[in-house]
Amino acid sequence: MARMKFLCDSERCIECNGCVTACKNEHEVEWGVNRRRVVTINDGEPNEVSLSVACMHCTDAPCMAVCPVDCFYQTDDGIVLHDKDACIGCGYCLFACPFGAPQFPQEGAFGDRGKMDKCTFCAGGPEEDHSVAEREKYGRNRIAEGKLPLCAEMCSTKALLAGDANDVSDIYRERIIARGSNKGAWGQNLAYNAAGRKR
Amino acid sequence: MNLKHQPMQAMPGWLNHSLMAVLFSVLVVWLLGITSAVQAAQAANTANSASAMAGAVTGTSAGNRGADYWRQVTRGESGYSTHRHDEAGVLINRSGEDWRLLRNDTIKTYGAWALGVTLVGLVLVYLLFGANKLDSPRSGRTVERWKRVDRYLHWTVAGLFIVLTITGLSILYGRHFLPELMGKGAFGSYMSLGKLLHNYLGVLFAILLVIMLVKWLANNLPTITDIQWFLQGGGMIKGKHPHAGYMNGGEKLWFWVLFLGGVVLMLSGLVLDFPAYFDNRDDFQLANLFHAVSALVLICGATAHAYIGSVGTEGALEGMTTGQVDETWAKQHHDLWYEQIKTDASEDKAND
Repeated sequence: MARMKFLCDSERCIECNGCVTACKNEHEVEWGVNRRRVVTINDGEPNEVSLSVACMHCTDAPCMAVCPVDCFYQTDDGIVLHDKDACIGCGYCLFACPFGAPQFPQEGAFGDRGKMDKCTFCAGGPEEDHSVAEREKYGRNRIAEGKLPLCAEMCSTKALLAGDANDVSDIYRERIIARGSNKGAWGQNLAYNAAGRKR
Repeated sequence: MNLKHQPMQAMPGWLNHSLMAVLFSVLVVWLLGITSAVQAAQAANTANSASAMAGAVTGTSAGNRGADYWRQVTRGESGYSTHRHDEAGVLINRSGEDWRLLRNDTIKTYGAWALGVTLVGLVLVYLLFGANKLDSPRSGRTVERWKRVDRYLHWTVAGLFIVLTITGLSILYGRHFLPELMGKGAFGSYMSLGKLLHNYLGVLFAILLVIMLVKWLANNLPTITDIQWFLQGGGMIKGKHPHAGYMNGGEKLWFWVLFLGGVVLMLSGLVLDFPAYFDNRDDFQLANLFHAVSALVLICGATAHAYIGSVGTEGALEGMTTGQVDETWAKQHHDLWYEQIKTDASEDKAND
């Protein structure tokens, strides 16, 4: 069984925002919502580093733990998905998420939150695969087509890797060896902690 | 509203009056318990993050950003992002985990205990001590205690409080049992409606609660009589009723719990109500914690208040339903107030 992961190679990311654009276009994400963003630390300084970040599909996902309607579920591949029909737009997942992944369109009166939207690892939602309903709510289901997330597929420098954890790790490890570095900065086996799921 | 007085079973006199003392001591213990538990958990979390931070790898690996860079990231340092929403530049925010632990582990656990102990405690108090009955038979003459506007205000606030309690507790605990109970589809519709009701009725509740608190403030200012009232255990010792004016010490305690809890509840609720104007996750996390704790305290308090004001005290409920209380009840529970209105009435007569 695969365990799907994202990994962004900080040595390669050039902050082109291609992943952001690819995602936005592929899923026709609504106005004001961005499932992926690029962050540059020390912007404009000699040691500036960029990273692309979206939902990291945590093993012990905080969003899942705090959702009052329990609308999240994790696929066998470790992808964290949610049911937009159940979502009440309370924002708790956003309060809990360390990566700022959950996004809310302003839908209701007085700027009330609409239904949450986030990265699906291009795996759609609870609706039938390739159905119109799934497409409209969650975007394209590339995983069901046997493809990997488009953000990583289209990454111009192949900084952003997506796929089975072992494959992603192998690719990254090869790069590290080739670079002759002892950098061990890819410890995202568990995006949160090793304690496993909590309540 | 047809809430008629129910006859109570006979109980030994000395038992009747320990009711209030037990309720208030239990209430105070819960208030303290919840507060200290949350504080303890917060301290533990801070300690944990501090030790995790201290254990972080130091030094930079050759040719790479290394540990320094990742330490910046995990400390939540904000960078640049083309996305313009608040916090877009933060890669990893740790505060969410603190909030999750406090809400899911501390508040949900201790809140459930507080609610359970309140309910069980009240049932036990009723079974062991019974209702606080009138010492002498009803006189048949009544005096006005609550004006129409006060009663309407009270029952509107109470009704809204019940709706907000049900929807609010569903948000906190619903996911653990409601989907099985009502089916997943119905649970979804109920929660969507519940959130809307909670958000909108909450504002109405806040407005009415402010009016009620301001209107009743003058009657609830603490006096020396209230201290004596508490020192005498609210009249539960030896069956002798301590002096009390229009409001007794216990009623004033509940007023101030409602006042302080209500202010925290309203302010935090308004922050949660308007996400567009508070675009900061820390504000929401804090507001959510304050909202949950104050709501749980008030739910426990309101449950005890409802018990004491209805089945717990013979002749009390009719004051809030019809506005009139029997003179016997007034003499027994609020002797100073009763004397005052009698004096006023005879003075009016003399002036006529």
